Amino acid sequence: MVKKSSMAAAAEELGPAPGIQAAIAAASCCAKRGTRHTSGPGNPLNALPLGKLGALPISARGRAGLTYLKASQWRVGAGLGGAPGEVTGRQPPIAWGGGALRATGQLARSSEWRLVRSSDRWDNSEAAVRLSEGAGLRGAMIRRVLPHGLGRGLLTRRPGTRRGGFSLDWDGKVSEIKKKIKSILPGTPCDVLPDTSHLPPEHSDVVVVGGGVLGLSVAYWLKQLENRRGGMRVLVVERDHTYSQASTGLSVGGICQQFSLPENIQLSLFSASFLRNINEYLAVTNAPPLDLQFNPSGYLLLASEKDAAAMESNVKVQKQEGAKVCLMSPDQLRNKFPWINTEGVALASYGMENEGWFDPWCLLHGLRQKLMSMGVFFCQGEVTRFVTSSQRMMTTDDEMVTLKSIHEVHVKMDHSLEYQPVECAIVINAAGAWSAQIAALAGIGKGPPGTLQGTKLPVEPRKRYVYVWHCPQGPGLETPLVADTSGAYFRREGLGSNYLGGRSPAEEEEPDPANLEVDHDFFQEKVWPHLALRVPAFETLKVQTAWAGYYDYNTFDQNGVVGPHPLVVNMYFATGFSGHGLQQAPGVGRAVAEMILEGSFQTIDLSPFLFNRFYLGEKTQENNIM
Amino acid sequence: MAAPWVSLRLVAPMWNGTRGIHRLGGAVVPEGNQKKERKMLQFLNNHFYDVEALRGYLLQREMSKVHLKNRSFTWLEEQHGPYSAGAFFILKQGGAVKFRDKEWIRPDKYGHSSPEFWNFREVPVEAVDASDCEINYEGLDNLLLLKELQSLSLQRCPHVDDWCLSRLYPLADSLQELSLAGCPRVSERGLACLHHLQNLRRLDISDLPAVSNPGLTQILVEEMLPNCQVVGVDWAEGLKLGPEEQPQDTASPVPA
Repeated sequence: MVKKSSMAAAAEELGPAPGIQAAIAAASCCAKRGTRHTSGPGNPLNALPLGKLGALPISARGRAGLTYLKASQWRVGAGLGGAPGEVTGRQPPIAWGGGALRATGQLARSSEWRLVRSSDRWDNSEAAVRLSEGAGLRGAMIRRVLPHGLGRGLLTRRPGTRRGGFSLDWDGKVSEIKKKIKSILPGTPCDVLPDTSHLPPEHSDVVVVGGGVLGLSVAYWLKQLENRRGGMRVLVVERDHTYSQASTGLSVGGICQQFSLPENIQLSLFSASFLRNINEYLAVTNAPPLDLQFNPSGYLLLASEKDAAAMESNVKVQKQEGAKVCLMSPDQLRNKFPWINTEGVALASYGMENEGWFDPWCLLHGLRQKLMSMGVFFCQGEVTRFVTSSQRMMTTDDEMVTLKSIHEVHVKMDHSLEYQPVECAIVINAAGAWSAQIAALAGIGKGPPGTLQGTKLPVEPRKRYVYVWHCPQGPGLETPLVADTSGAYFRREGLGSNYLGGRSPAEEEEPDPANLEVDHDFFQEKVWPHLALRVPAFETLKVQTAWAGYYDYNTFDQNGVVGPHPLVVNMYFATGFSGHGLQQAPGVGRAVAEMILEGSFQTIDLSPFLFNRFYLGEKTQENNIM
Repeated sequence: MAAPWVSLRLVAPMWNGTRGIHRLGGAVVPEGNQKKERKMLQFLNNHFYDVEALRGYLLQREMSKVHLKNRSFTWLEEQHGPYSAGAFFILKQGGAVKFRDKEWIRPDKYGHSSPEFWNFREVPVEAVDASDCEINYEGLDNLLLLKELQSLSLQRCPHVDDWCLSRLYPLADSLQELSLAGCPRVSERGLACLHHLQNLRRLDISDLPAVSNPGLTQILVEEMLPNCQVVGVDWAEGLKLGPEEQPQDTASPVPA
C-alpha cells in the first residue's frame, strides 16, 4: 500500500484526541514492563495537564528511536522501540531517518510539537524526575533529538555531565540546547535557509492571475483536460484571499439562458448542467457533497412595447439553442402572478428550467477544494510585473509585427517588498474588474491609438448596488427573478419574505468605482419607484441591508473577452463578462482550456469573443444585460 | 491539502453495497457499530493513496450505475408509443404503473414484469408509483413521455432533487396527485417550482429532511397552490396548541 507521508496524513486527520487514552495505555504498558522511567516520584502522567493535550513522551523500551509528541490534540506518539503490540491500535505512522528529519523540522517549527528521544543512554529516571518537576508538557519538557545522520556527539551526553556533575541549572541548559537544535534542524526559522513557504513556486506552466470563479474554472478545466495526470503545473495568484472585493462573492448569483447571442445561451446551458452535476465534476473523496442552494424558480423578463419585437426574436433564438423559455402576454402574466401590475408591459419571457439563482460562495469553495485535491498551487500575492521577450516577424502582407511572449511573472507578497519571479509558459488574465491593469502590465495598449498595439483591453470596474428588503405582503414562494422594463430587478431570498434586488444605473449616473460604499439614495430615487410600480405590494417595504460589488464591465460591447491576445501570444483572457461572468464561468473555463490545450474551441465556439474585435471594431452586442 | 473531516455521506455507499446508494444524499444517522467501521475507513483513506483511489473508483462506479439506469428509452416511442415506453422505464427501475382502466403492473422480485403492457399502445398511463426508485434528472426524460399522468409518487427517491422538480411542469395539465415524502434531496426551493402544477389536488411533502422550516414551507406552499390539499407537515408544528384548538383544514388558504 502506498503510504501517505505522515505530514499529509496529519493534515487530513482531524479526529478527536486519542491522546489521553493512548497515553494512559502506553504508560500502563510501561508500568507493566517495569522500566525505570515510570518509577520516579511521579508517574509522568501526573505531570500532564489532562485535557486535550496528547501525551506520553517516553517509550516503553529503551531502544534508540524517535518518538513524536504532539502537544495539541491530534495524535499520540509512542516509542519506536516499543513493540507495536504494546501500544493501542491508534499508533500513528512514525517516520524514520531522513523522513524524520524533514518531518521533525516541520513539526519543530510549531511550538506545540516536541521531539523526545528514548534511548538507552538516557537516564530515564532522571528524565522522569525532571518531567514530574516540570510545569507540564509545554513547560520544561525534555527535548532530545537524535536524527540518525548526526553523530552521537554532544547531544547524547546527559545534560548534567557537561560540567561533570548534576547541574542545578537544568532549565537553562535545556532551553540552550533546544535553541541549538532548532537552529540546526531543517525548516526551522534559521538564518541560512529562509522560509519560503508563502511564496509561489519558481516555475509554473500556467499562471492564472485572479482567483475568482473564472480563474478557478479555467484552472479546473486545464487540469481536467490535460492529457497526462500531473502534466501541467498551474498556479493561481489571488491578491485578496478574503475575496472582499471580488465580484464572485458579491454577486446575486443568478443563472439564466435569456440572452440574445447563441454563444451566451450555450454557455449558460452548459453551466446549468455543470451546476446540476456539480457533485460529479467537483467530487473530492472525504469531502461532503456540495449544496449549491439552487432555486430553480426561473427568470421573468418584462418588455415594453418598443422592446417586444426584440424579445420575441431573442426567445426564438433561445428556443433554437435548447433553452426552455416561453412567452407570456399580460393576461397570462396576471393569471400566473397576480401580484404583478402589468401596466406598460407588452410581453414577458419566462424561463422554466435551468434558470434561477444559487450560492456563488459554495461554487467558489467547491472549485478551490477540488483544485487543491488536483494539485493546483495557490498563492496570495499581487502580480506586479511581466517580463516579456519579443520577436519581430513578418506577416503574409509583408508587414513587420512584434510578437511578445511573457516568460516571467513577478508576484509580490502582501505588505512587503518581497516578490517571487515565477517562470511560466502561459498567463491567464482572469482578474475581473482589474483585468485592464494586468493587461497594461503586459504592454497591451501601449502604442499609437488605432493600431493593434494601441488597442487597450476595454474592461473597467463598474459599481453596482444590491439592496435587501423585507416586505411581509410581498410575492409568494413561486416568484422568479423579475427584471422590469426599467431595468430594475428583484428576487426572493429565503422563506421569510425577504427580497433583494437593484438596478443598473444609466451611463451618466455611473457611481465612482473607487470604493464599495453603498448609496442608499439611489434605492430611494431610482429603484424603489420602479419596483413599487411593478409590484404594488412593494410600496410598503423596509430595506434591511445593502452591499455593492463590481462588474467587470466591457465598455465595448458588454460581452466577455476570451482567448489569446494577437500580439502577446501567451496571454489568454477570461474576463469582461459585465455581470454574467458567474453564470458562464464553467463554460468559459472549458473554452479557454480547450484553446490552450487544443489550439481552438472544441465544444462551444467563442470566436466572437476574441480580442481582435476591439481592433476591428466588430461589436458582439448583448442586449439583455441587467 | 487538508480535506475536512466531516463527511460520512461518501462513506456509506462504499460500505453498504447496493443499499448504500440510497443513502448517497441522505442525512441518515449511522448506527453505533457502523461508526467504528467508518472511522477505520476514514483513517485508511487519509493515510493511503490506494484506499483513496479505490474509494474514488467505487464512487464513480456507483454513479455510472445510476446513469445507466436512467438512460433514455425515448427510442421506444416510435415503435410502441409513448405510454409503453415510459411504462417500460418505470418498470425497469422497479416502480409500478397503472394504465387507465387496468390493474397495477409491478415487476416481480426478479425485475421482470408481464409483457402485456406492450399492447397498450393507445392506453394512457394514469398513475406511476416510483417509490424508492433511482430515478434522477435524466431519467425524467422518460417519465415525461407519459403526458396524461394523473398520479405520481416519488417517495423516498434518493436522487430526486430540486432540479428534478423544476422539470415536472409539462405534466401540469393532468397531474392531480404528487407525493414527495421522504426524498432526501428535495428542499423548499424545489417545492417553489411546483406552482406550475395548477391541477394538483393532493401534494404530500412529509418527512423532507432538507427542508429547513417545514411548518412555514407548508404554509407558503398552500398559499402557492390554493386548490391543493397539502399533506404531511402539521403547520402548527412548533406552535403551542391549546386543547380546544385544532389544525385548520389544510385545503383552505391561510387568511391574509
